[in-house]
Amino acid sequence: MRLITLEKRMSPIPMAGMVIPVISIALALLAGGVFLALSGKNPLEIYFTLFQSAFGSSYGFSETVVKAIPLALCALGVSLAFRVQLWNIGAEGQFYMGAMAATWVALTYPEGSRWVVLPAMFLAAAMAGGLWGLLPAIPRAFWKVNETITTLMLNYIAIFWVDFLIYGPWKDPNGYNFPLTAPFELGATLPSFGTSRVHYGLILALIAALLVYIILKYTVWGYQLKVVGESQRAAKYAGMSIVKTILLVMLISGALAGIAGMTEVAGITQRLQQGLSPGYGYSAIIIAWLARLNPWAILLVSFLFGGLLSGGFSLQSMGLPAASVYMLQGLILFFILGGEIFNSYRLKWIGGRS
Amino acid sequence: MDQGIIIAILATAVTAGTPILYAALGEIITERSGTLNLGVEGMMLVGAVSGFMAAYVSGNPWLGFGAAMAAGGAVSLIHAFLTITLRANQVVCGLALTIFGTGFSSYIGKPFVGIPLKETFKPVEIPFLSDIPVIGPIFFNHDPLVYISYLLIILLAFLIYRTRWGLNLRAVGENPAAADSAGISVSITRYQSVFIGGMLAGAGGAYLSLAYAPSWLENMTAGRGWIAVALVIFAMWDPYKALLGSYIFGGVEALGFRLQTMNVTISPFFLKMLPYILTIVVLIIVTRETKTRKVGAPAALGQPYHREDR
Amino acid sequence: MGINDILVEMKGITKAFPGVLANDQVNLTVRAGEIHALLGENGAGKSTLMSILTGLYRYDQGELAVHGKKVNFNSPRDAIAEGIGMVHQHFKLVSTFTVTENVAMGSDSWGAILKLDQIEKKLAAFSMEYGLQIDPKAKVWQLSIGEQQRVEIVKLLFRGADILILDEPTAVLTPQEANDLYIVLRKMADEGKGVIVITHKMQEVIEHADMVTVMRGGKSVATVPKDYTDETELARLMVGRELDLVHKIETGAPGEVILQLQEITAVSDRGHKALKDVNLIVRAGEIMGIAGVAGNGQRELAEVITGLRPISAGQITINKVDMTNRQPLDIIKAGVAHIPEDRHNTGLVPNLDAYENILLKHYLDKDFRKGPFILWSALSQYTQTLINKFDIKLSVPEAPVKAMSGGNLQKLLLAREISMEPNLIIAVYPVRGLDIGAIQAVRGLLMEARREGKGVLLISEELDELFLLADRLAVLHEGELMGVLEVEKTDIEEVGLMMAGKKGVKGCA
Repeated sequence: MRLITLEKRMSPIPMAGMVIPVISIALALLAGGVFLALSGKNPLEIYFTLFQSAFGSSYGFSETVVKAIPLALCALGVSLAFRVQLWNIGAEGQFYMGAMAATWVALTYPEGSRWVVLPAMFLAAAMAGGLWGLLPAIPRAFWKVNETITTLMLNYIAIFWVDFLIYGPWKDPNGYNFPLTAPFELGATLPSFGTSRVHYGLILALIAALLVYIILKYTVWGYQLKVVGESQRAAKYAGMSIVKTILLVMLISGALAGIAGMTEVAGITQRLQQGLSPGYGYSAIIIAWLARLNPWAILLVSFLFGGLLSGGFSLQSMGLPAASVYMLQGLILFFILGGEIFNSYRLKWIGGRS
Repeated sequence: MDQGIIIAILATAVTAGTPILYAALGEIITERSGTLNLGVEGMMLVGAVSGFMAAYVSGNPWLGFGAAMAAGGAVSLIHAFLTITLRANQVVCGLALTIFGTGFSSYIGKPFVGIPLKETFKPVEIPFLSDIPVIGPIFFNHDPLVYISYLLIILLAFLIYRTRWGLNLRAVGENPAAADSAGISVSITRYQSVFIGGMLAGAGGAYLSLAYAPSWLENMTAGRGWIAVALVIFAMWDPYKALLGSYIFGGVEALGFRLQTMNVTISPFFLKMLPYILTIVVLIIVTRETKTRKVGAPAALGQPYHREDR
Repeated sequence: MGINDILVEMKGITKAFPGVLANDQVNLTVRAGEIHALLGENGAGKSTLMSILTGLYRYDQGELAVHGKKVNFNSPRDAIAEGIGMVHQHFKLVSTFTVTENVAMGSDSWGAILKLDQIEKKLAAFSMEYGLQIDPKAKVWQLSIGEQQRVEIVKLLFRGADILILDEPTAVLTPQEANDLYIVLRKMADEGKGVIVITHKMQEVIEHADMVTVMRGGKSVATVPKDYTDETELARLMVGRELDLVHKIETGAPGEVILQLQEITAVSDRGHKALKDVNLIVRAGEIMGIAGVAGNGQRELAEVITGLRPISAGQITINKVDMTNRQPLDIIKAGVAHIPEDRHNTGLVPNLDAYENILLKHYLDKDFRKGPFILWSALSQYTQTLINKFDIKLSVPEAPVKAMSGGNLQKLLLAREISMEPNLIIAVYPVRGLDIGAIQAVRGLLMEARREGKGVLLISEELDELFLLADRLAVLHEGELMGVLEVEKTDIEEVGLMMAGKKGVKGCA
């Protein structure tokens, strides 16, 4: 016997775009807290530590921004693909390919000046990431091969490829056998703001968000993306090329993640090393969804998730694995997904008797 | 290579394929009802860690196996509730489940990382069958979970094709509106199928942590859940074909191991890529094939169903 | 159950959906042994009422008694248990299943393990008894639409239904098949079953029904025995005002050939030949009608012309230029407008606003773009002009168009297509699902296009409409053209026979 039913809402909740994510995050924190408490931890203490180390000091704050940069770039890329219903979950691999290509430039031209090497790294990273996005796009566009699976498989391949290089041909001879390349020369590093670790990749992320915004809002191509995303049949009917759109979107989506990889090696690690990404590409999926694919919201949510990541490291000192942050991220996404229905439906009590 | 090595590789193919087989069988049931659950990887991880913990604490691997199935089933209900009752996007919800499962399993499994398991599933030779040349050592000299998977295939195929529940399940996956008007409850059927899928994904995870490599490591499934999802397409939603597919993937993995120990000049990293590359290639071939032969996915796969929408 | 016993009694049934009162105090009584027509326009509340009777929706207020027992069903299962069965307009069949599997699904009278061969035997015997020949082993997708309808009826009878509801059952049939269907329905009524037929065809009511209940605006406005009424009265009840049953007002003045199809062959999504050696000409200033039972290649014909489906043989010429297998964009540029069958998801994008939907065919126009950028101000001005000119009613143009009524959606679509100044308009079922007011508006627009010298290809399932609008008629049957007829020189009888597969006496006109 059903007691409650869902009923179509006639008018949307005011400010639904803000209210639902905020409530969802709050509920996710609550659920996570209950879970932490059940497993014998003090949730308040953990959340406080998380918050304190992410936003409580200028160092923490700058680390949060540092993490937000690749997150935002990856999420912007992912959001473009999502917009046309392409479930690109390969940002992680595209990120690694970008990092790899940038490293190749850096290692091949160690003597070059910053003005030449950095743009070359940027281009190489965008191309490599774009190619890694294009690879699954081709079978998707021509034969409708499920891109969720292929993009994910390519993540593993990209990571193994990078592992091969840093354990093999690119290994730093002076690196005590650690899996990493030699440090980049100055010409291949992104400058930072002042003494902080916040590098100029931040500007790239801001520009990327602005470009995505302009494309979506004001250009014919952005309009085409919208139509293809809403209804492929309508797009075909209007004479738009689905194949071309899929290829181009995945190319750009991958390129953005590739650029994120470049900013990370050139701005932070200044070498290619194992475990370069703590899962930026996966968090990007959640960020894009949470931000409802809006580029400005992506910047904001990336900042929050950057805090979650940078704070997450401090949790390790409390005996929690860094990956447990993903548990929280997963919970947030669950609540967002569950909450979305209330945009268009409301609960209605229908009583217990016929 | 002599015959002994080939048989050894093929026998490893069976054990390496078994976790994927369990998960793929579960996903076949889930997708047959029209529900897509991309959270297999996450459910496997939760199964692997719960199975390990239960087996470690109780000292009984069977209890571990049961706990894994229960845990996998439990997390699958999150997906069922969000996609069936709250009509959330199935793709994104599956991703959320994978991300959650990854984090959740590392969180609760932290104290158990790297501890060896005392009581594990051990190979049991089946009398007579294991004496058959070639076939015997490949298929009938394994742990009990492998034998259970053989039976499971037959059981599930019977369930899908020969029972009333199976007919209703397929009807819901092909045309939920028709099923609904014939008096089948679409949401109950879908809940059931998602739950079975979750239990079997949990079982697949437990095979890794209790039999294949008896221990717990963060992310120890290493993409096998995703391979299982791809395998469902390869198997065209049929349990018997899933068997073949799983062992092919197991075989590639086994071959990779074997080549590493044989001083082959290929880097181990490239050998490790093989199953993933194979998945992509197989997926492309099979998708093109199904398109021309007009057999394929349950027609309503991925589509939510709700009656009151007008 | 004896003849004349009351099977269904609905009193004051009320059902509201958010924002709509779908059923308002509806009364309906159905007796054993009668064919009861439920007549009304689209949106009059017929479907909602029947969904309540079949357990898909629960009613909010009122009383429903079936076999004298008061009920408010929670699910179709409950309704089936009370002997209620419905043949929906879109058949509720699983096309990959066999006939037997379709009958067996959802039923729990067989035990947990399927014994299909047993059910098969029973089913074969049962369908013989009713004179409804079907092959229990055939897969549903291999059956013709008429056969599928038979499967639906047998399925209900086999599961013991004695109250049968059929939703627009003749929409998918040729006139002759429709007659056969009513013979079967009459036989069932004579056996003491109650038959409810939902329809908007008054002629059918007069010919075959015993009782008529007319619905309008969610209310039941009258219940009358067929013998005491006529078409004019029914039309008045249905529409709520006097309606002059329109007769042919004008004909075209055919000019130059705009579209020429020569020996066109094309393959359907399922991979079989959907069009076979089709030859057809459309001239400027004429309406060329395509008649035929839905699913005989109509959709493919429209797609082939508009570039949405490749052809495997033949030649397409538009304005004397070879356009064989060109991209949709080339066809649009060649001046072909298209009102597709699926206006909700093909012709329009429901989640986009009115401006963006107008832009759908103008996104490459110089008037509305500057470099890569869209000129939103020019677009919104243009959209406003269209909204005023075509009298489209919407709350605000910035709202997603899915909120608009079906008639206004279709007007928006037509406004965009006609204002593109096309030479040729391909209109596929342009009035399907619209109310009478909107139907008249749409038909008026098509006639106006003809007056302006445009060529119109009108695909329709309503013979009345084709006889009213078209100058010439072609009949499609299983992908073949059965012949082209001058409307003035033919009648419904002849067209009906051709729809059933009889070649016309005249060749290609």
